[in-house]
Amino acid sequence: MAFLDRTARSLLLSELVGGMALTMKYFFKKKVTINYPYERQALSPRFRGEHALRRYPNGEERCIACKLCEAVCPAQAITIEAEPRDDGSRRTTRYDIDMTKCIYCGLCEEACPVDAIVEGPNLEYATETREELLYDKAKLMENGDRWEPAIAARLEQDAPYR
Amino acid sequence: MVDFFFTHPLGILLLTVGKALLILVPLLISVAMMTLAERKILAAIQLRRGPNVVGPFGLFQPFADAIKMFMKETIVPTGANRILFLMAPMLTFALAMIAWAVIPVGDGLAIADINVGILYLFAVSSLGVYGIIIAGWASNSKYPFLGAMRSAAQMVSYEVSMGFVIVTVLLCVGSLNLNAIVKAQETVWFVIPLFPMAIIFFISTLAETNRSPFDLPEGESEIVAGFFVEYSSMSFALFFLGEYANMFLMAAMTTILFLGGWLAPFGIEPFTWIPGPIWFVLKICGVMFLFVWVRATFPRYRYDQLMRLGWKVFLPFSLFYLVLVAGVLLAMGWLPKAV
Repeated sequence: MAFLDRTARSLLLSELVGGMALTMKYFFKKKVTINYPYERQALSPRFRGEHALRRYPNGEERCIACKLCEAVCPAQAITIEAEPRDDGSRRTTRYDIDMTKCIYCGLCEEACPVDAIVEGPNLEYATETREELLYDKAKLMENGDRWEPAIAARLEQDAPYR
Repeated sequence: MVDFFFTHPLGILLLTVGKALLILVPLLISVAMMTLAERKILAAIQLRRGPNVVGPFGLFQPFADAIKMFMKETIVPTGANRILFLMAPMLTFALAMIAWAVIPVGDGLAIADINVGILYLFAVSSLGVYGIIIAGWASNSKYPFLGAMRSAAQMVSYEVSMGFVIVTVLLCVGSLNLNAIVKAQETVWFVIPLFPMAIIFFISTLAETNRSPFDLPEGESEIVAGFFVEYSSMSFALFFLGEYANMFLMAAMTTILFLGGWLAPFGIEPFTWIPGPIWFVLKICGVMFLFVWVRATFPRYRYDQLMRLGWKVFLPFSLFYLVLVAGVLLAMGWLPKAV
């Protein structure tokens, strides 16, 4: 009986037809593709994108050149040089991040005592040359100014879980 | 003026070229569109969207691909036999095209309405294997050679059972003329009385055109791309076009042999208002969809399974069914009058 059953099944192509019915069902299902440049997924507040150096609301830069980020960076992507400013406060004269080295671990952000260096929500900063990815302080400050509203909102969203 | 096209040699030549263009241009356009349709259908089954950036719904994608192919360099390997290497894709392409000379798209609407049409089709589709063998041999490289060997063995194996299926249909028609084969289906399409044969024929066409699940000659996971590993740019594109044109040819053969060619379904009122050629195209599209649907569903056969299916299942089965059909026709006195 089992032999008959098996033979009938294979002669009637029951499994093949079943498989094709399944693929036909999927043919009409809703597609999961997100049409990227026009549609986007929601980003988590913890998303680690392009770096930025922030300022205080009064316009003073936050970074105090403690070099904790430089020390903690596992990829050694950060280079900092510092000296006292005219008013006696300690500030960076150079703050470079080599974005080609960075592994986007977010340790710099966690190490920072004054929330100066952060990884913002921006993920579209591809460049045509390698040199453009060697960010200097001016570029990072500019990023901070540009993304500050988004960064502040995300820090606030994530604050209860920190 | 009309006489010029039927009596003057130049007129006859012009008329023939015109007819050929009338069938080849739509064929090549549909081949191009088929590459897009295949990607779209596969994508839909895998819950993706497929190409949708170039033009509306990605409709210009095939042309973008063609332009890309044209821009690339044709690389001929150092060890290759130059002449044969470049001849193989042209041969494949040309063979896929010339077969269309006998396909009737409507009542009597074939370039050459010859009375051995089906034999001609069978011969041309068998010749197709030469393009692949020559490509594999002339590349002078391992994978193409293996792919060509596989392809040759596979196509020869499945042509045998295909032959029996065609003979079965011919028994019911009593003519080798493709027009007559379609006309014989005016009462009922052969897919209904000869259903198992239609299935065998369809599966054999999958093997004949090296389509998945019988795409061993180009099995990506073991021999990279099979016989066209060494081909690039337009020589590759010619292979690709030839392969898809062959698929269309096989779909047309299935349509003519089993799905009633240009005949409207059941021959009843609302369907008969639509002209025959449109029905013919619609049926071909249906079969082509089936080709892609099968590709999206089944994994590739193992080589011994492929040979087993061809020689130990299809061949005895189609032979048995052929004898059965012949017996029934004789016993019931249904043999066609034309014999």
